[in-house]
Amino acid sequence: MTTPLFWPDWLKLRLPYSLRWEAVFDNKDVFIEGLLRSLELAAIGLAIGTVIGLICAFLRSSGYRPLAWLITAYVELVRNVPLLLLVFMFQFGLPQVFPRGSTERDFILDVLPTSYRTFAVALSIYAGAYLTEIFGAGILSVSRRYLDAGRSIGLQRFALARYVTGPIMFRTVLPSLSNTFISLFKDTGIAFFIGVRELSFAASYINTEYFRPIEGWVAAGVLYLITAWLLAFSLRFLESRIRWTV
Amino acid sequence: MIEDTKEGMSIVWDNRILLWNGLKYTFRLFASVVFLASVVGIFGGVGLLYGNRIVRTILRAYVDIIRGTPLIVTIFLIFYVPGGYGLNVSPFSSIAFALAIFGGAHMSEIVRGAIATVAQGQSDAAKSIGLTFWPRFFFVLLPQAVPLMIPPWTNLAVDLFKGTSLAILVSQPDFLFAIQKRATAKGHFISFYFTAIVVYFVCCFAMSQLGAWLGRRMRFGVA
Repeated sequence: MTTPLFWPDWLKLRLPYSLRWEAVFDNKDVFIEGLLRSLELAAIGLAIGTVIGLICAFLRSSGYRPLAWLITAYVELVRNVPLLLLVFMFQFGLPQVFPRGSTERDFILDVLPTSYRTFAVALSIYAGAYLTEIFGAGILSVSRRYLDAGRSIGLQRFALARYVTGPIMFRTVLPSLSNTFISLFKDTGIAFFIGVRELSFAASYINTEYFRPIEGWVAAGVLYLITAWLLAFSLRFLESRIRWTV
Repeated sequence: MIEDTKEGMSIVWDNRILLWNGLKYTFRLFASVVFLASVVGIFGGVGLLYGNRIVRTILRAYVDIIRGTPLIVTIFLIFYVPGGYGLNVSPFSSIAFALAIFGGAHMSEIVRGAIATVAQGQSDAAKSIGLTFWPRFFFVLLPQAVPLMIPPWTNLAVDLFKGTSLAILVSQPDFLFAIQKRATAKGHFISFYFTAIVVYFVCCFAMSQLGAWLGRRMRFGVA
């Protein structure tokens, strides 16, 4: 099925390119697999990044100055550097740091054998920086009334964080978390450059195998768009279902 | 590893001209993209707020589609589509337009949000003293909206600077491309990446500090 993009056939305009959508539909399994990989990577990035972000946010709010400075340095460093550079550093730089045959090298190769895992680590560190900021704002938004109430029943620092700040902050930052998940999902588009088979890889596969870049990238773009919209819609719905007891 | 690092940094220094050429390309790309994106964004934001229904629908579709797809997809589409239909676009123009379109979509949202925030009470007050639309817009809304726009605009500028690093995907010789090329040629990845991190950090951090200073300066004249 050849379809012109804008021109009907009877205009007799010979364009250098005619769209053939079979290239996409015959390979829809590559696209679906790529979409699932992208979602997986985004989920892993969000999960590990949340752990990193929570720890760093609470450590920073503890008031111990050198630690707060260190965490701010980490956050500012990661936020001002392109994700692609971070990914390159883990993919190409890490094997150089540990010489061949050393025990650390074997450890790295056991933990990060494939580009998928390397990209997951890089994305988690990237997400951790952004989530540190988000959780930091969430921690600050917990008003003093609740902290004072917690202290008045004898809760100390860690219990206070776990029983008072945590639940309140969780409900406050939920919209930011879903936005972060969606933007991480879009950021996984870079991974095809180091060999991860996600959605952009499917598009570049169509380009290299069938020489049909337009169909491939339009299909990838449509899939990204629809998935982002569906995610936003369902996450809003889930947020509205969480009962606000505060 | 210390000797390795010293050797690596001297290799970086030996290649400094190639890296500097890449950095010049990045700065050129960034300057044109920020300017274009701001212009597109201002028109887009005003059009979203005050345009007629057709303009608003088109702009809404543009903003939502561009913001919903990754930057990579935009770059590759602008790189391949004009060529497929006979329109010869230089690779620099293609990535410049892709980044400008991306930045324009975000800038439209920023402008729309800032003007809408101000417009709530101020335009009623301005109407009550008899100002028509354009004087109201220029003398009341805009001076109060611009300081609101500065922080997200600074964020967008930093994101655009980081986005120029994606020129490596279309083989444009920007800074990250030069770093990657030289690193793979010489085999010393860590030193080159360390240099790249320092350069990107200094540029982006300086930009965000400049933006914060600008925001503080502009706030003085506003009630």
